[in-house]
Amino acid sequence: MHPAKSVIYFTVATGAGYGLMGWLAVFGVLGLVPADHAFGIAAFGLAFFLIVSGLLSSTGHLGRPERAWRALSQWRSSWLSREGVLAILSFGPTGLYALAWVLLGQNSGLVGIIGLVGAGLCMMTVFATSMIYASLKTIPGWSNRWVSIGYLVMSLMSGSVLMLVLQSTFTVGASGLIIKIAIFFLALGGIIKLLYWHSLSTLPARSTATTATGLGGLGANGQVRMVESPHSEDNFLLKEMGYKIARKHAHALKRLALVLGFIIPMALVATLAVLAPEYSLPVSLLAMVFVALGLATERWLFFAEAKHVVTLYYGETEI
Amino acid sequence: MTSLPQNPSKVKLGLVIDLDICVGCHACAVNCKEWNTSGTMAPLTDMDPYGAQPDGVWFNRVHTYEAVDEAAGTSRTVHFPRSCLHCDDAPCVTVCPTGASYKREDDGIVLINTDICIGCKLCSWACPYGAREYDEDEGVMKKCTLCIDKIYNENLPVESRVPACVSTCPTGARSFGDLGDPQSDVSKLVAARGGYALMPEQGTAPVNRYLPPRPKKLGERHAPRMLEHHDDSADGAGLLARWVDKVLSA
Repeated sequence: MHPAKSVIYFTVATGAGYGLMGWLAVFGVLGLVPADHAFGIAAFGLAFFLIVSGLLSSTGHLGRPERAWRALSQWRSSWLSREGVLAILSFGPTGLYALAWVLLGQNSGLVGIIGLVGAGLCMMTVFATSMIYASLKTIPGWSNRWVSIGYLVMSLMSGSVLMLVLQSTFTVGASGLIIKIAIFFLALGGIIKLLYWHSLSTLPARSTATTATGLGGLGANGQVRMVESPHSEDNFLLKEMGYKIARKHAHALKRLALVLGFIIPMALVATLAVLAPEYSLPVSLLAMVFVALGLATERWLFFAEAKHVVTLYYGETEI
Repeated sequence: MTSLPQNPSKVKLGLVIDLDICVGCHACAVNCKEWNTSGTMAPLTDMDPYGAQPDGVWFNRVHTYEAVDEAAGTSRTVHFPRSCLHCDDAPCVTVCPTGASYKREDDGIVLINTDICIGCKLCSWACPYGAREYDEDEGVMKKCTLCIDKIYNENLPVESRVPACVSTCPTGARSFGDLGDPQSDVSKLVAARGGYALMPEQGTAPVNRYLPPRPKKLGERHAPRMLEHHDDSADGAGLLARWVDKVLSA
């Protein structure tokens, strides 16, 4: 599948923003972080910036962005529509929680319940995003059981690293817990990614050129190969669905994503447990940069590596 | 509403494509383009049509495949027209976030309302058959309408009220009719010839059917014998030629 930059930014940025929003609510309610004014402005500002810029970016690949509001109407049947509706619904409680935190200096009690409702809606939005991909039977690499759990874990993972950066910047609350949480989710994210790639390489093909054309019955060991394409140049189908990358690159990029996005950040965050507090800001910032690079690589692979069954009509033998 | 019809009628209009007689002439694709570029989904935009990399919206694509059985040493060349199959369980309809993509309750035809389509392309991702095309110029998706503006057009003579691809096919490889009625001509044809659905494992329940190439008859598997002619015989030649032959052969 064609890896559109707008969609890669959309999934990575909104995932991190929603994850951060979730941790802010949980830490606020549990009283682990006080309702500090400056911290609140920076944290909610960052979360809303990531979410809003991500959502705007997702409209960048539309043919008619001015009609985007119409996408809210079909929530009964379409995951894309559900994602849009949930994204808008979540702004209500998260916005109220942010205002209460920043203006009233409150982040627990009744206000905390609003925050938790918002956090729940944020996670449902991330789940709906993942289901846009996971519900497509035509792309076996996406309709895989590790996809939704991966999106949720990587959202909480990148959100926890952002939370760590913010806590380090404003020296608000003790950072011991968020360090443990970040390490846990970085490890979990890496494991899920490995399980996902393992599952991709071991699952049997769902469709073949034989089932696509029905021409396998012409011989006992029937094989079907394309002799002539319907057109001399790439058409929309091949540009959108027929994206190919060299296999050796896919392998190298997988390792790169794993090292950049999960292993290096995990090592950096782990050193924070023993380093002096003055190192926590630069080290957590560095971890954040690596997570961003790793997740962008991982997401690019998620799109570029996914094969669509329509390519069976264009020379692929099994998918 | 992009849910599938709650009370679908029994009528399922669709195509039956006979792979035994298709010669791969692309007339269906061309006539489809001509009719539909001024039809419901008009225009079928072309980008860079006379340049180095022409690209454009087509609802029919004719592939050519070779079905090979290496163990038996046989192969068949098959021309394979590909278009929308107007699926009963059309995934392109249910994924649509705007309601632009819909399946008609009356006859099962899958259509797009291009006035409200946002061009998110998700329907093209959901379709296993590549039936959905993106109009880069208009920023919306387009697809086969089963020539809805032709098959119900009372200004046309009755025999012309079939999709453009069907009326133009010079070999009669394409048939149009109600595949929901087991007594219709197309349903009988499918039953008689063992017509099949494409990628049934995708769970889309396509309406269109393909008829397989008929099996080759035994005895045709050898190449035709070459004409026998003997360079070394002068039998039947004229007197002079026979004398020259005798001198040179000596």
